[in-house]
Amino acid sequence: MISLNDFYQGFRDPQTIRHLAQLIAQQAAKTTEQINIMEVCGGHTHTIMKYGLLQLLPDNIHFIHGPGCPVCVMPKERIDHAATLASQADTILVTLGDMIRVPGSMGSLAQFRANGCDIRPIYDPLDTLKIAQDNPDKTVIFFAIGFETSTPMTAALLAQAEALKIDNILFHINHVLVPPAIDAVMSDSRSKVNAFIGPAHVSVISGAQIYQSTVDQYKTPVVVSGFEPVDVMESILRITRQKVAGKAELDNQYSRSVSYEGNIAAQQLVDKYFMVRDSFRWRGLGPIAKSALTLRPEYHHRDAERIYAKVLPTTEIDDHKACMCGDILRGLANPKDCKVFGRGCSPQTPLGSCMVSSEGACNAYYRYGEVNHDI
Amino acid sequence: MLITAMEKLIMTSKKTIQLSHGGGGKEMDQLIHDLFFKAFDNPILTSQEDAAKLNMCGHIAFTTDSFTVSPLFFAGGDIGKLAIAGTVNDLAMMAAQPEYLSCSFIIEEGFPLDDLTTIVNSMAAELHKSGARIVCGDTKVVPKGCADGLFINTSGVGRILHPDISVRNLQVGDAIIVSRDIGCHGAAILMARDGLTLESELRSDCDTLWPIIEQLLVANIDIHAMRDATRGGLSAVLNEWAKASNIGIDVEEASIPICDEVKGLCELFGFEPFDLANEGTFIMALPMDLAEGAIEVMQRYGHCEHAAIIGHVTERHPGKVVLQTPWGSSRYLDLPQGELLPRIC
Repeated sequence: MISLNDFYQGFRDPQTIRHLAQLIAQQAAKTTEQINIMEVCGGHTHTIMKYGLLQLLPDNIHFIHGPGCPVCVMPKERIDHAATLASQADTILVTLGDMIRVPGSMGSLAQFRANGCDIRPIYDPLDTLKIAQDNPDKTVIFFAIGFETSTPMTAALLAQAEALKIDNILFHINHVLVPPAIDAVMSDSRSKVNAFIGPAHVSVISGAQIYQSTVDQYKTPVVVSGFEPVDVMESILRITRQKVAGKAELDNQYSRSVSYEGNIAAQQLVDKYFMVRDSFRWRGLGPIAKSALTLRPEYHHRDAERIYAKVLPTTEIDDHKACMCGDILRGLANPKDCKVFGRGCSPQTPLGSCMVSSEGACNAYYRYGEVNHDI
Repeated sequence: MLITAMEKLIMTSKKTIQLSHGGGGKEMDQLIHDLFFKAFDNPILTSQEDAAKLNMCGHIAFTTDSFTVSPLFFAGGDIGKLAIAGTVNDLAMMAAQPEYLSCSFIIEEGFPLDDLTTIVNSMAAELHKSGARIVCGDTKVVPKGCADGLFINTSGVGRILHPDISVRNLQVGDAIIVSRDIGCHGAAILMARDGLTLESELRSDCDTLWPIIEQLLVANIDIHAMRDATRGGLSAVLNEWAKASNIGIDVEEASIPICDEVKGLCELFGFEPFDLANEGTFIMALPMDLAEGAIEVMQRYGHCEHAAIIGHVTERHPGKVVLQTPWGSSRYLDLPQGELLPRIC
């Protein structure tokens, strides 16, 4: 049996972290190049800010916080979809935790719940089965969000719903893909990113292979990293070593969980139920071709987006003009460059994508701050 | 008609609270006498006046709290224990000796009488720890669906023994002490809730703090501020202090006692142990040179084996709490925000 302290023990050892910081400084001193690392995943942004890792790095290593926060990248009109679905008669909307507090143009799901809608946050998508079985006279809509990490769980729910013939479960699919988001960032000629830390959990499913094209096309190192501070520091060291040696390779620091091929059974399950959408609009980044999934035609009878097409809002809603999230996600600006950061825009009243979830860059800067720069 | 012992048992075990128990008539009178008076027995309560007559002098602390915990029974306690410990602890944190409490029940129709009895007995047991007495009360029964089982409100008064304790009284150089490992109540409740199915030995820290506080006051320790770290946890207390006293607080992360189960739960669900609620854990500020002595008293008389100095008050960054990591970096320890919900990936 896994003990709860197995999750973190050893990966936060102060001596190891200090030693890694020394090694990074030694390596970084060997190059005059500015190393601009994008950590694609919001989980890494959280680690970097929560553990104050930026303060341990030399001046020529910078972080650019990427678009890998599934809640942050949801455009407002799709959050409005969730609220609209929840407002239908005899409907239960089920979704994963963080989604509940993100405001759309009509309010957050938490507000809709307070106004009487039946909205249930869950931790395990398979819990939806019991909710549907307990409420046979209601339509239960699973509002599915997340990157490659969470898609297999949605697929497993759909597989179970089909196998058990639980017909009152529908799906609203918002599963997005990491590689097209990386391409969207790099295709901007102003992009300063010249190295990547690859997501941890996404790579467990998809394998490190999905970043090979990034390495080949943009000649940047990609190091797949675990989420603990020791993981991230070691990945920074590996990137710095590649930079000093003039290399651009795919490397896997998180080898205790990630293989090159990934979890093939999970990939097959996803492939059975999902296909790539032509385009998906990302909050802050705009429409990105082939960057998200949708249900295959065989499962259109489960697709809430089609079944409720007539009532779901279609107008695209952009963020506040002053919001710089698009530039922050592309690495062209830092949260503190934004005029509304911490003034009009805070975690309670977010104006843009990066402030909405604890994994967004602005939210992490707001919450944890960069203390040494301020005092 | 002959009723077998088994049938009798089934009948009694299925007894539930009816709307009539709150109607002011015979059923209510029976409930009050058979259950509440029996458990909370004292002459002020059983005199049954419209209001309790109290004999008090000097500065009095007065507090109130409502309890709505779900589930009602959890590892380490229940809503009854919580309702007594919570109000008694609020008085204790003002260095006031908990003396008289009021107690109001809002009960949902159909609530099992056995459960109510267990809860009331657990309240009585908790009262013994501080010597406080319930001297007045109220019972309302609401129709099914209008409350979640049982809500309890308790208010309390007590004579202040040390008048200078205040959130505005923190001074530069003060030590910050935490009385035990943090986050156990919040973690135990989260584990007990539907959807978070985990097996663990973890128990809520829910407990009456007065016996420890009494020992600190007897030892004549010059306490500047005290607060039990309930909702919002350690983060909320330290941030409130920093703002109210307009000072900064530096905390050493490695010094904060946190048990393995709480750490593991936080890892699994993306919570911060500093944000989790406690119900029998307090934070104290006092001059640094008195800190070791205070910890000795707490350990010797109060079962506070894990009490620790976790930080100090500074004139830098007024209004802010800064957490120093064991590897030399630092960050703000901000107030928790929003609902405590699991992170998704």
